[in-house]
Amino acid sequence: MSTAAQMNDGALISAIRSGNQEAMAQLYDRYSSVVYAVALRVLGDAAAAEDVLQEIFMQLWRNPGSFDASRGNLAPWLAVIARNRAVDVLRKRRPQTEISEAVVSVEPDLAGEADRGRTVEKVRAVLKDMPAQQRSALEMAYFEGYSHSEISEKTGEPLGTIKTRIRTGLMLLRKAVEAT
Amino acid sequence: MSVHEQFAEDLALHALGCLEGEEKIALEKHLEGCASCRREFEALRGDAALLALTTSGPRPPARARVRLMEGIAKEPVAQPVRLSSQWWTAFGWAAAVVMFVVVAVVWNQNAELKKTVGQGEALNAQQRLELEQARRVVETLTADDAKRVSVLPVKYKNPPPEGKAIYSRERNGLIFIASNLLPLPARKTYELWLIPPQGAPIPAGLFKPDAHGGAIVINPPLPAGVEAKAFAITVEPEKGSTTPTMPIIMMGAGG
Repeated sequence: MSTAAQMNDGALISAIRSGNQEAMAQLYDRYSSVVYAVALRVLGDAAAAEDVLQEIFMQLWRNPGSFDASRGNLAPWLAVIARNRAVDVLRKRRPQTEISEAVVSVEPDLAGEADRGRTVEKVRAVLKDMPAQQRSALEMAYFEGYSHSEISEKTGEPLGTIKTRIRTGLMLLRKAVEAT
Repeated sequence: MSVHEQFAEDLALHALGCLEGEEKIALEKHLEGCASCRREFEALRGDAALLALTTSGPRPPARARVRLMEGIAKEPVAQPVRLSSQWWTAFGWAAAVVMFVVVAVVWNQNAELKKTVGQGEALNAQQRLELEQARRVVETLTADDAKRVSVLPVKYKNPPPEGKAIYSRERNGLIFIASNLLPLPARKTYELWLIPPQGAPIPAGLFKPDAHGGAIVINPPLPAGVEAKAFAITVEPEKGSTTPTMPIIMMGAGG
């Protein structure tokens, strides 16, 4: 019988469905850094980020069926959930998206740590080379939770410019991973 | 990928969660009927996820792991069932009623059987069959992949929170099924209360809604033979309370 440390993500989720605490600990060890880093980036507050971390893993323990392996990998799914929840906390609002509704389909497959590492490095490189205003628009939208009109107001740029920057910014990220 | 150009930029904004107002409403309406834009939206959400994955920082403090594992260990063994879909009501109701009836029948037969041990293998077989049926009903009701279909008027998009309680004082049994519940604040739980004709409300189970607002409580511990005048729901600290914390957010009188 394989130990939790040897199990892939799908097997860990199955074990968690059966109430296996060791599997939950293993999943936490694998992905808590991802979740915490995203929450900390958004909230800038260690205690609040830790609360988001706790909330997300407790939800996963209570409802492991909320993750559907056929609709994406666990790492980006958890990262997106962490971002969404942290932005909700930042904006002092009720959760806007339930975890089972978060669908994250990323190409290429990011299940393996090595693949994920390579892809992330490519994306970081693209972000680094991106014009500062474009990178800022993406970050204000995604990590600071601003709406497009708020970004336009804060930067003094026309709404259309903000929209174009965001779209072309995402397209650049996509091209980077497609070339992976 | 072929998308409608007039929505191309809004799709990207929506994927990042920063589209709002009428533009968001218009896009969501368009997405309902446009498969190619939906595919592009999913792809853009994947692109946005890459942004999330680029974050790095310190590892969470060690106490966070301890806190999580302690929290998990404290979770009640008999967890209330969490439903996996918002479309559960009709199926859930029917299954719960069937289960309740079957369990009641089996209970009754079991009592009789005790008096007439050895009286008949036929009855025994019948009881096993009915128990198997009850087990299958419970398994279906609680299965992770169970689809619960709520049949509502076609334009009824945001049904209000609703709870249904089936209570038998004689059997000391209670089944409570809720739908469309609002998400809870952190470290809070919903608590069901049985309100007797006289005296203080009696705690009748803790529950948290699943991702779509559904929850079930099956046979919580209750004092025997108590009459139910009403059932109520409050929001309580995660471990529950012995007296309701106001306000009562949902309530229904016993028939």
